[in-house]
Amino acid sequence: MMYTKKVMEHFQNSQNYGKIEDADGIGKVGNSRCGDVMWIYIKVKDGKIADAKYETFGCVAAIATSSMAIDMIKGKPVDQALSITNKAVAEALDGLPPEKMHCSVLAEEGIKSAIEDYQQKNK
Amino acid sequence: METKYYFDYNATTPTDPRVVEEMNKFFIENFHNPSSFYRKAGEANFAVQKARERLAELINAGSSEIIFTSGGTESDNLAVQGTAYKLKEKGNHIITSRIEHPAVLKTCKHLEKNGFQVTYLPVDRYGFVDPEDLKKNITDATILVSIMHANNETGTLQPIKELVKIAHHKGIYFHTDAVQSTGKIPVDVRDLDVDLLSFSSHKIYGPKGMGVLYKKKTIKITPLLFGGGHEKGLRAGTENVHGIVGMGKAAEIARLEMAEEKKKLRPLRDRLQKEILEKIPEVIINGDTGKRLFNTLNLSVKYIEGEAMLAMLDQQGFALSSGSACSSGSLDPSHVLLAIGLKHEEAHGSLRISLGKYNSREDVEKLIEVLPAVVERLRNVSPFWQNK
Repeated sequence: MMYTKKVMEHFQNSQNYGKIEDADGIGKVGNSRCGDVMWIYIKVKDGKIADAKYETFGCVAAIATSSMAIDMIKGKPVDQALSITNKAVAEALDGLPPEKMHCSVLAEEGIKSAIEDYQQKNK
Repeated sequence: METKYYFDYNATTPTDPRVVEEMNKFFIENFHNPSSFYRKAGEANFAVQKARERLAELINAGSSEIIFTSGGTESDNLAVQGTAYKLKEKGNHIITSRIEHPAVLKTCKHLEKNGFQVTYLPVDRYGFVDPEDLKKNITDATILVSIMHANNETGTLQPIKELVKIAHHKGIYFHTDAVQSTGKIPVDVRDLDVDLLSFSSHKIYGPKGMGVLYKKKTIKITPLLFGGGHEKGLRAGTENVHGIVGMGKAAEIARLEMAEEKKKLRPLRDRLQKEILEKIPEVIINGDTGKRLFNTLNLSVKYIEGEAMLAMLDQQGFALSSGSACSSGSLDPSHVLLAIGLKHEEAHGSLRISLGKYNSREDVEKLIEVLPAVVERLRNVSPFWQNK
């Protein structure tokens, strides 16, 4: 399996993992049966993603896309974060092997699910 | 970092330099077709026959019972399809197990589409087929039982002798895929009394692309490849002379040195197992710890995924394998680990360590040093570990 340098960097050196204890929104996506589970935590302040973290059970691509997705939403207005696509995440990593594209889909879903959770709680 | 620590000998082995040395002559100097007339062809033919004898000696067969093939996969195909087509008038039922190599499983699936019925015997949590289960599933239509000797993932060794007796009691042929055991432990076809047995060259420090099907003299099968009548008409095609010579040399070395290797490798494997269990919490050993190949250790590290472990280890120069779906490119994890009752996430978190003759004590110590940190890092990232 060949991964790009960026993927390996995010996989090995990501600092974005962990829990946010008083998170404003949590997204839990994936299925452990298939081998990928992603939890995304966000903290929102003044309409912006003030902080975000992930916890992921999964392969190299699952962990790298989680990490990259967090980088991409941090500091962004919530509506902008909501519009991040799986393609954008994969491109930011200089691409993923075709059979690993579903991991980037998971990252997009994780972000959306965390933001929806936040919006539900703040209706 | 380059691969400095190779722990994937069940996947393949480097070719022994002594093997390469014997092969070299047959590329240019003695490239001749063994079937031709002149003296040089005779020399090539002689080398092929010598290799045949060495291979026969490794498994205590007669040299006329050795069929050269392109590898374990072809041997399995020839054994299973060759028997099925030969005996289709007699019956259409085959019994195998759920933990076979895909070379047997997919061949059986193919036969199912062509009028055959196949029973896939389950295994217990250690990976053993129950002989009583075999007995119960035999019908009047059963023509072949194919059950592997040593499993490639867990190393579990089946009670082949006992299973053969049950099949023979009803006059049914028995094939075993002995790709992982042959060359590692004594495999004696007379003692096991199997009718057909597959093994491969590249698992025993021989060249890739070569294998053997042992076929008991009295057994008849239908060939898969037709052509020039090589291998008594059972496998047409000009002999891969250098490959055959190399495999023959590898067989001789294996026969002479396997006891020594076991003496060296078993304690290394046992030390790995003990240290990993001590240093890393929540690890499961997969397969049987008694009746198991001396070089194989399969474990599941709970709460993390296998490919991620392989990648971290690879970055530090270690080559291992895993039964996770991600490392194999399919959606489901290892069918062997699911068959012994592992949960999907446990199978995704599996790691197979398989040692071989070039492993040193230093390699093992290095892995013991590095693995706990890899596991810790990935568990720190895992929601299952953090929230358990």
